[in-house]
Amino acid sequence: MSKSERPNQLFRNLNAKIASIPMILTALVVFVGGTAWTVLYSFTNSKLLPRLNFVGLDQYYRLWSTPRWLVSIENLLIYGVLSLVFSLVIGFVLAALLDQKIRFEDTFRTIFLYPFALSFIVTGLVWQWLLNPDFGIQHVVRDLGWESFSFDPLYNSSIVIYGISIAALWQGTGLIMCLMLAGLRGIDEDIWKAARVDGIPMWKTYLFIIIPMMRPVFITTLVIIASGIVKVYDLVVAQTSGGPGIASEVPAKYVYDYMFFAQNLGQGFAASTMMLLSVMIVIVPWAYLEFGGKKRV
Amino acid sequence: MRYKFLTAAFAATVALNFAGPASATDLEVTHWWTSGGEAAAVAEFAKAFDATGNHWVDGAIAGSGGTARPIMISRITGGDPMGATQFNHGRQAEELVQAGLMRDLTDIATKGKWTEVVRPKSLLDSCTIDGKIYCVPVNIHSWQWLWLSNAAFEKAGVPVPKNWNEYVAAAPALEKAGIIPLAVGGQPWQSSGAFDVLLAAVGGTDTFLKVYKDKDATFAAGPEVAKVFKAADDARKMAKNTNVQDWNQATNLVITGKAGGQIMGDWAQGEFQVAGQTAGKDYTCLPGLGLNEVIATGGDAFYFPLLKDADKAKAQEVLAETLLDPKTQVAFNLKKGSLPVRGDVDLQAANDCMKKGLDILAKGSVMPWTDQLLSQDTQKQKEDLFSEFFAKPDMTVEEAQKRFADIVGSAD
Repeated sequence: MSKSERPNQLFRNLNAKIASIPMILTALVVFVGGTAWTVLYSFTNSKLLPRLNFVGLDQYYRLWSTPRWLVSIENLLIYGVLSLVFSLVIGFVLAALLDQKIRFEDTFRTIFLYPFALSFIVTGLVWQWLLNPDFGIQHVVRDLGWESFSFDPLYNSSIVIYGISIAALWQGTGLIMCLMLAGLRGIDEDIWKAARVDGIPMWKTYLFIIIPMMRPVFITTLVIIASGIVKVYDLVVAQTSGGPGIASEVPAKYVYDYMFFAQNLGQGFAASTMMLLSVMIVIVPWAYLEFGGKKRV
Repeated sequence: MRYKFLTAAFAATVALNFAGPASATDLEVTHWWTSGGEAAAVAEFAKAFDATGNHWVDGAIAGSGGTARPIMISRITGGDPMGATQFNHGRQAEELVQAGLMRDLTDIATKGKWTEVVRPKSLLDSCTIDGKIYCVPVNIHSWQWLWLSNAAFEKAGVPVPKNWNEYVAAAPALEKAGIIPLAVGGQPWQSSGAFDVLLAAVGGTDTFLKVYKDKDATFAAGPEVAKVFKAADDARKMAKNTNVQDWNQATNLVITGKAGGQIMGDWAQGEFQVAGQTAGKDYTCLPGLGLNEVIATGGDAFYFPLLKDADKAKAQEVLAETLLDPKTQVAFNLKKGSLPVRGDVDLQAANDCMKKGLDILAKGSVMPWTDQLLSQDTQKQKEDLFSEFFAKPDMTVEEAQKRFADIVGSAD
């Protein structure tokens, strides 16, 4: 593009630009403004009501010396790695299986996607019952004759976070499967034919040809999963409310509890700022890779 | 459809307004009284308020105070205040009052001579900020009770204990009979409250005040409090098989004889009553765990947000008077299992446990409770600590005490 066209750029599609002003304003005021406000007040000692009384990094010192916050971070890491790895792997394998031109594909797709239609609260309650030792899986297996069978992850501090991950995977993999399936369908049929002509085994075709071609789909999926991980809250509330003790606490719950139950806004804001920071760590490299490197005109 | 409905509603309001000043004013009252006994008690308030020609719109929020308070507070700070709302008097609504969002009730209080009728005096003190009265205390709830199932002890073949120490000694026998010795629900405030009770009972009133009122961290790390932590360690061992969350489910374990006992406030009594049990025969109550018979003057109170609507403001005044009315006080507290805030009411119908409480109150053995002494922030930290302590058997007593002392040291 040449320099003489520049002024045109600004006024091109003027109607569309005017129409998007409300959205731009909303984004600036609500998202950016709200974020800036939160970060600013995280340096104050606000209690129930916001007050501009700066105390420096005190809230952050307190945050990082609180055992419950440290437990939350640890849980988030375990939960994050588990749901990232397993939902990608299971989602992709399911999609690849569905892609084999099987019969009743629609039915299977509906069944696998169905859990995603449930909210995390419902999912959490369903799995709370399934994992309850007195009513759920343990009870059924014991009734079948295995008297010593024991499976009560929600009542055991050291494995409770895995119990929560199971429910999250059950709910979320269907969506990942659909995204992957869409990606697989986007691959040109000719590539498969070419691979077949060259005598490349199917698994190798998937691993070394198809997956690299599906990079955009993988990146989108990754961002969706990652943002879901950071904000996990309702699932924990419905399944264990953070228990037993504080064994299944997560950062989002810490933020909510300290902002509203403990009437300590400053502490809650500090925790949510740390969460924002972790989201930035995920988003910024991705945005840089996607939009930064090469300029598309 | 919606427009039609709106028009109809609008027409109805206009019609009501034309009906003259005698028309009923709707006043929404929010509270967290939702268990069987509690709901029966709050219905008494509604009945009395409706009898004054106004209308009580019930805004019950399920799931205990911890869930309800944030909703109430965000409604008040968000500019959608209700007519009146429950809080535990003390420091929960402190900042709302300081921000000028609550109504000053001093005039109504002077008119109704509250300072003379409300007893003990410390109740009204917790409602007073900068010399002005902002809430109406409606009952006295004390945490320091041990509820024991007589049937459970009979089954285990041991006599019903008379104090905490005997109870701990009886625990192995209960366990052998397949009974959970002590029921502690999974909600964090239950384990934290149980510890406070142990602190007041095993440690004594002075210890309690030194820790929570003077906030003496060195003392909280010392040998006096270590004794209390030893008792808390016993308690968590006795409670390790309670797989329930809510307090009334835990109480239900005691009612059905599946658990030996529960440390819970006197609101548990309402549950025994709804289940048709008799104090002394089916269950036994030990105030102060049988060790230190004092009653904490915590409890519930109603706060009135500042409203612009003059009719509603008037209805608020009527409600404030109704809540303290001797007849309402008796009807409400009998159902709730709590003690009335007036000394001049007749409580013939009170059961054994309530009479024990009234006696202690008459003797003047009262102490302030954590709602009055500690901020919500400190309370929450305490809850985090004790819910972890009760759920994690490998957390040592020493570690817990060290963290407890830190919390006390940083309390405000």
